[in-house]
Amino acid sequence: MYRETEILKQPGAGEPDVFGDMIINIGPQHPSTHGVLHLVITLNGETIKKVEPHLGYIHRSIEKMCESLSFRQFIYVTSKMDYLSSHINNHGCCLCVEKGMQIEVPARAQVIRVLMDELTRLASHQLWWGAGAMDIGALTPFFHAFREREMINDIMEETCGTRLTMNYMVPGGVMVDVHPNFQGRVHEFIKHFKTKIDEYDELLTGNVIFQNRVKGVGYLSKEDAISYGCTGPTARGSGVSCDIRKLYPYEVYSKLQFDEVTETGGDCLARYLVRMKEMRQSLSIVEQLIDNIPEGDVQAKTKAVLKLPKGEYFSRVETARGEFGVYIVSEGGTTPYRIKFRSPGYSNLSALDHMARGGKIGDLVAIMAMIDLVIPDIDR
Amino acid sequence: MFLVNYIKDVLSGIKSLATGMKVTGWYALHHRKEKITQQYPDNKDTLVLPERFRGEVVMPHDEHNEHACTGCTACELACPNATIKIVTKFDIQPDGKKKKAIDKFVYHLELCTFCNLCIEACPTDAIKMAQTFEHSVFDRTNLTKILNKPGSKIREGIE
Ligand code: SF4
Ligand code: SF4
Repeated sequence: MYRETEILKQPGAGEPDVFGDMIINIGPQHPSTHGVLHLVITLNGETIKKVEPHLGYIHRSIEKMCESLSFRQFIYVTSKMDYLSSHINNHGCCLCVEKGMQIEVPARAQVIRVLMDELTRLASHQLWWGAGAMDIGALTPFFHAFREREMINDIMEETCGTRLTMNYMVPGGVMVDVHPNFQGRVHEFIKHFKTKIDEYDELLTGNVIFQNRVKGVGYLSKEDAISYGCTGPTARGSGVSCDIRKLYPYEVYSKLQFDEVTETGGDCLARYLVRMKEMRQSLSIVEQLIDNIPEGDVQAKTKAVLKLPKGEYFSRVETARGEFGVYIVSEGGTTPYRIKFRSPGYSNLSALDHMARGGKIGDLVAIMAMIDLVIPDIDR
Repeated sequence: MFLVNYIKDVLSGIKSLATGMKVTGWYALHHRKEKITQQYPDNKDTLVLPERFRGEVVMPHDEHNEHACTGCTACELACPNATIKIVTKFDIQPDGKKKKAIDKFVYHLELCTFCNLCIEACPTDAIKMAQTFEHSVFDRTNLTKILNKPGSKIREGIE
């Protein structure tokens, strides 16, 4: 474990020596960190010697808070963690409660849930693409990405009532049936986005400046990705197969045709390509499901007050950033005894020091952009 | 050799730049058709929000100033943030019997997170979400609202 005091004790530190180490702070309010992430960076010239993230600026103690909320209420709070994957977070919590209560989710609700998950993943990746490109210095993609994301947000707004923190999934299904316009608008979106995703590649992927900024930067080997506990596109960019949708399929994922995207580069470009290909996969999942939503109920009959039987329950889902796990210990009451969330951002952030060490300070921004950090997810 | 590579690099750079600029140029020429921004305060009259939009919790009253809330406190219990506080009283019925009714339905808009759980919990559909969204005020106390109108009472036949 590293402390600032140790750095100060290192030879050369703090002395007016041009060749000595320099410690600089990025954040907590640095514009390139997308949120209140505080990084203490030890530099030698422009070369990074150490990156230490300091957490706690937006700690809201969500796990503790959930202990005082009922099994219906706590699901809502999890949308405030990874707000860009709020549907998927809620999904994981619902799966865990349903496992404990042994609730059978109707087929229609399952399909709607998966559709919402994939639309959320698309929206999240679009935001990442725009904001990540902006960090690296290309401003135009940001506006292109927001145009498509707006369409998804409008679909969400119409069906769920909100645009970001939906609280649409409830134990036993979804809150209400989809809006009558839902299918039409999703078709419209698919048609629109299919042409635009090629435009994304044209604008950014092949650009030399972009390629130079990400190729070979922030290398993470397969072994390191596993030992740091990375998941999601960060690990899949290093060739680790870790897609929960494939490995531990939930809901209707086992019946769908889609590929797990992996790249072997291990650098920022590989992580970028994984996400770009994932967008196409998500689009194909949405396409497969949108015309095949089965008829029926959207919510199983549940009691007004849920009491989870005594025991321990765990469920996991694949969010846009990696594996999200929910672990509930119940004593048989109406509130959980203990809740633990395994959020993808925290483990992915832990590999940041490893990726950035030895690189230049300018690359740090590219590395952070390509891990796709959402700070409230790390600091929950 | 160095010179050849150098020129190659420059040319491929120009080519990739041109690819990106082609997209930008297309949008520059088609800006009218592709315009997606809205002039927000100017389009207020035509702005239609979806009917499910969660703006704030309201209690609809009919023309006789009657609502459907029985004061069962199901919404208060369902709310994760203690946004709703229901103050009940006892009405004296014409036949002399006492009946529980709401005195005040206190709603703290500043605490509400628009999760819809109260609306789901209400057995008589007495509350719903309104499509308002301009909630900024100068004084925080203005955000605490009493949802039942003064003098209102419960509609006949709702238990
Ligand atoms: S919408 Fe949610 S937070 Fe707001 S009053 Fe209803 S239950 Fe409470
Ligand atoms: S609004 Fe509905 S849930 Fe709340 S007290 Fe009135 S009747 Fe009960």
